[in-house]
Amino acid sequence: MDLFSAVFKDEDDLLKVTRQVRDSGYSIYDIYTPYAVHGLDDAMGLKPSKLSYLCFGFAFLGLIVAILSQYWIGSIDWPINVGGKPFNSLPAYLPVTFELTVLFGGVGIFFAFLFKARLRPGKTAKLVNPHSTDYYFILTIEIKDSSFDSETVLGLCRQNNAVETKIILGNAL
Amino acid sequence: MSIYYSILRKPIIAGDKKLKDITDDVIRPLEQKPTLLWWVAFLVSLTVLLIGVIAVTYQIKVGIGTWGLNKTIGWAFDITNFVFWIGIGHAGTLISAILFLFRQRWRTSINRSAEAMTIIAVMCAGIFPLIHMGRPWLFFWVIPYPNLRGSLWVNFRSPLLWDFFAISTYFTISLIFWYLGLIPDMATLRDRAKSKIKKFVYGLMSFGWNGSARIWHHYETTYLMLAALATPLVLSVHSIVSMDFATAVIPGWHSTIFPPYFVAGAIFSGFSMVLTLMIIARKVLHYEEYITIDHIEKMCKIVLVTGGIVALSYGIEIFMAIFFGNQYERFMFINRALGPYAWAFWIMISCNVIFPQLLWIKKIRRNVALVFILSIVVNIGMWFERFVIIVTSLHRDFLPSSWAMYKPTIIEIATLAGSFGLFFTFFLLFARFVPFIAIGEVKGVLKYGKLKKNLTSESSLKANADVTV
Repeated sequence: MDLFSAVFKDEDDLLKVTRQVRDSGYSIYDIYTPYAVHGLDDAMGLKPSKLSYLCFGFAFLGLIVAILSQYWIGSIDWPINVGGKPFNSLPAYLPVTFELTVLFGGVGIFFAFLFKARLRPGKTAKLVNPHSTDYYFILTIEIKDSSFDSETVLGLCRQNNAVETKIILGNAL
Repeated sequence: MSIYYSILRKPIIAGDKKLKDITDDVIRPLEQKPTLLWWVAFLVSLTVLLIGVIAVTYQIKVGIGTWGLNKTIGWAFDITNFVFWIGIGHAGTLISAILFLFRQRWRTSINRSAEAMTIIAVMCAGIFPLIHMGRPWLFFWVIPYPNLRGSLWVNFRSPLLWDFFAISTYFTISLIFWYLGLIPDMATLRDRAKSKIKKFVYGLMSFGWNGSARIWHHYETTYLMLAALATPLVLSVHSIVSMDFATAVIPGWHSTIFPPYFVAGAIFSGFSMVLTLMIIARKVLHYEEYITIDHIEKMCKIVLVTGGIVALSYGIEIFMAIFFGNQYERFMFINRALGPYAWAFWIMISCNVIFPQLLWIKKIRRNVALVFILSIVVNIGMWFERFVIIVTSLHRDFLPSSWAMYKPTIIEIATLAGSFGLFFTFFLLFARFVPFIAIGEVKGVLKYGKLKKNLTSESSLKANADVTV
């Protein structure tokens, strides 16, 4: 798939052009920014990330693992009478349960994020512009078929102070 | 939620910076050769660390009989240092997680270095219980795993075990949180790097980050989730540390206010350490436009608030001791304030309660030199707080015939010094090889508090409405 890319220098221009391009019915391939631009997900129409549910799932798993293992260890495998206290002294298990909940949730979401974003150590980054991690904002639009009107898109980009525009042939990204 | 161009707020970053300027300014110390000052500081820290290593090796070889402990005072210097360092760490997580949830955007200038401080401080703290075990090579016995000794399990009802879980979780989550924030900056470094080695190393560490908005979208959710997890975590860690004491029946320890009292004290001391480090760093690394006087003032306010909570806790403890009618508790407090360790008690009171009150004065909060001195004073006071809590509660116990005094040996002092050596060695290495300020996050707040250019105030307000989400 061919891509149209435009470079911007300011986040406000980028936010505006993103909205306009989307309103004109073109589909945005991706946008590359040096930092998390506030409101860009909304302008792009991205749905809220589902990673938060996954985080809850991992944390819940941690909770279950912690309670079950402490119960099994303290009441079934090796019960020890400590001052006549019940073997299953649940309130005393809470601190470790809480810590394991947080540990599972935190470690889980970190790796889930890396998996979802397909990031891994040593992966070669695919950059449209070498400055996109420094000071440039790059908008890329899919050129699907003949309905792509380069004049209109070019006009929108110029209106919003695009620094440069180009067409990327083939799926170079 | 937030308005970028609010005319009511002051800019966070001073000077008329462009995006590229931020990258240049923050990375400059990394791209230059280390200065003479850095080398001197590094070699001094490394020397002190080596002294610590020798002391630790000696006490592991000979045994912890090399310490000044006796039958009455079973905990003293080592546990004081442990609690002190764990407390230092708390400010980093407060800045990175709690201030994030409260949308305190000024945190972006200091969160990276404060989080690094947290990780290093937790490492320093972890050494002390490890040595205290006496046979540290068997430390893995605190991990519950099926073993050939029974299986003999750990005691899940013991606060000392809770502590192991709390601190290892805290270290892991802090490290992950810190590294997550580092990934985009590593990509920035990678794309600027000229040498092959740098390109390779930063390429490896940036995980192939390319700044895609779709990834940023998930990234922000992950960041938020980690902040939401780290917030109760940081409160739990020092609460659990306090339970090491509170669940004992020793007068002066057996108290229900210990968890909030310890957490406030931890943030109090941690922020003082952040102030100490930031005041040096902004000067030496020329980050005055990023870590501004306003930042210092805001941190001073947090020190003042948490110091107030600490002072209130002291007050409540004394009140309870006098009016609660428990003679042991009352004796212990009179002994603390007037007994042989009264000097330590009054150092604690003056450093933690009296001197921090100076921060009510705005002129003092904005005076960098004075704030620097006060931050060190608070750290000394907070070290003594732990010493007072631990030693004065133990040294005159229920049986007067076993009353004793405690004096640290040179080995213990060398170990404490060594932990500072470790802390500064790692912190200097961090300042040398990792961007000291979160570049990506500071860029995001660059426009905060600034009016949009070329617009009258009325149309700028309208423009505000456009970008308000």
